[in-house]
Amino acid sequence: MNGLAFILIAIVTLAAGLAAATLRRLMHAALSFAVALVGIAAFFFLLGAEFVGLALVFIYIGAVAVLIVFTILLTRRDVGKTRGFNWGGAIVAAAVFGGLMWSILKTQSLAIVAPHMPGLTVKRIGAALMTGYVWPLQCVGLLLTAALIGALILVIEEKQ
Amino acid sequence: MSKSIDQVFVNAKQWMLSWLGGSPSWVVQVLSSLINIGVLLLVFLTLFAFMSVLERKILARMQNRYGPNRVGPFGLFQPLADGVKMLIKEDIVPARADKIVHFLAPVLIATVAILTLGVIPYGRNMTPFTIDGGVLFFFAVGSTTELAVFMAGWGSNNKFSMLGAMRAIAQMISYELPLLITVLPVVMVVGSLMPDRIVAAQADYTFGLVPRWFVFTPWGAAAFILFFVSGLVESNRTPFDVPEGESEIVAGHMTEYSGFKYATFFMAEYIGMFAINGLGITLFLGGWHAPARVLEFVPSYVWFFAKLSVLLFVYVWVRGTLPRTRVDQMMNFAWKFMLPMAFTCIVAAAVWHYAGRGLRGWLWSLVVIAVVYTALSMLLDTRRKFAPRVYRFAE
Repeated sequence: MNGLAFILIAIVTLAAGLAAATLRRLMHAALSFAVALVGIAAFFFLLGAEFVGLALVFIYIGAVAVLIVFTILLTRRDVGKTRGFNWGGAIVAAAVFGGLMWSILKTQSLAIVAPHMPGLTVKRIGAALMTGYVWPLQCVGLLLTAALIGALILVIEEKQ
Repeated sequence: MSKSIDQVFVNAKQWMLSWLGGSPSWVVQVLSSLINIGVLLLVFLTLFAFMSVLERKILARMQNRYGPNRVGPFGLFQPLADGVKMLIKEDIVPARADKIVHFLAPVLIATVAILTLGVIPYGRNMTPFTIDGGVLFFFAVGSTTELAVFMAGWGSNNKFSMLGAMRAIAQMISYELPLLITVLPVVMVVGSLMPDRIVAAQADYTFGLVPRWFVFTPWGAAAFILFFVSGLVESNRTPFDVPEGESEIVAGHMTEYSGFKYATFFMAEYIGMFAINGLGITLFLGGWHAPARVLEFVPSYVWFFAKLSVLLFVYVWVRGTLPRTRVDQMMNFAWKFMLPMAFTCIVAAAVWHYAGRGLRGWLWSLVVIAVVYTALSMLLDTRRKFAPRVYRFAE
C-alpha cells in the first residue's frame, strides 16, 4: 500500500517538476511548481510527519506560490511570451543530480539501520520548539518581525 | 436509547464495513474513507441546495417581497430547477483564455472547499478525517484557495477578472492573519490542534448551568467576533464582497465563467461558508455539545447542525442589512483594528489561564480586552470632519 502510494506520488511530483522546468509559458511553469510542492508535502504525510507536510502546504502553496505568480504578473511585461529551452539550466541540473548521486552512493551511512522513532506528533514538535530550540525560534521571530516592519516602511505613503 | 440514536450513523457505518469480514485491512480503510466522503458530499450538497433557496427566501422577507415561490411547495424545488438550468447552459470559454488554467480553477476551488469540511467533528465520534493537526490542516488547505482564485482571474484573460482576483487575494491574505491569530488562544488553552480535543475541552458546565464553551469567556467572545468577521471576508460574503463588486468590475474573477463552472464557484463559496462556520462552532461554540445538561438527550449532530443554521442565518441577515464596504476601509479595518485585537485575545487568554481559569481570570481577561479596545478606538478615531473625498490616483 505504502509502496504504491510512494510510486504514485513520485510520478506526480516528478512530472510536475519536469513541467515546471520545461513548460513554455512561465505562468504554467509556476503553477506546476505548486503541484510539485503538493507532491513533496504528500511525501511528508506518507512518512508520518503531518506537521511538516501541512506547514509545507501552508507556506509554500499559500504564500510562496502566490508570491511567485504575483511577481511574474507584476514585474514582467511579457507574461504571455513563450520561452525556449534552457540548455545552461539543464547542464547545471544534471551536474547537481550527478554530484548528489555520486555522494549518496559513496556514503557509508546507507548501511546503518535507522533507529525506531516514536511518531512525530505536533505535540513533540511544539515541546522541542519551546524548550531546546526556543532561542533559534525567537531569533527567527525577531527577523520576520523586522522584515515585516521593513516592508511596511518601504510602502508607507510619504507626506508631501 | 438516546445513546443509540446519537451513534446511529457511526453504527451504520460499522455495520456496512462488517460485510467485508475477511478482506485485507487496506480495502476496509479505503472503503471507510469512501463512505465518509460520500456522506459528507451528500449532506453538504443538499445543505447547499437548501441554503441557496432559503437565503433567497429570507432576503426576500427582509426586502418585503415573496422570493422564489413557483417551483414546488414554497419554492423548495428551486435549487433543482437552478441545477438543471446551470447544467444545460452553454459553457463559454473565451477565445484568448488560457484553456487549461481556466478549466482547472473551479475544480481546484471546489476541491479545496470540500477538503476543509473533512476535519470538522459533526457529532460524537463523527469526525470524517481524524488528524493530529486538524486545525492546521483546515488552514493549510484553505490557503490554496488564493492560488485557485488567481488561476481563475489570470486564466480568463480579462481585465475585470484580473482586478477581481487581485482584490480577492488582497482581502483573503489580509484577513487570514486575524483569522489564524484568533484561533491561537483556543489552541493555547486546550493544548492541542486536534478538533476532537478542542470540542472535548468544552464539555462541562460551570455551576452545572453555563456550558464551558469558549465563547462565554471574555477572550473567547472577542476572538469569536473577530473570527466571524474574518470568516465573512474569507467567504466573500456581502459586506465584504468587494472582489465581485458588480457595480465596478462585473463579477470579479467569475466574469468569464458560465454554466456549470459558474455553479461550481457558487457551490465552493457556500461550502467554504459551511466549513468556516463549522470550524467556528468547533473552536468557540462547543462543537456538538448541548447548551444545557437537560438537553443532552438530543443527538450531538443535531446540535452541531442547529448551531450551523443559526450562524448561517446571521450570514444572510448581515447580507440583507449592510451595504458593501470600500476596499480601503476594509483593508484599514483588517490591519489597524482586527490584527491588534486578535493579538490582545492571545494575551487575554494567557491572563485567564494564569489567573486560575475561574471568576478572577474571567474578570482580568475582560479588563485586558476592554482596555485595549478602548485604547484602539481612541487611537483610530482621528476626529476627522466630513469633507469632500480626495482622490489620489490621478495626481
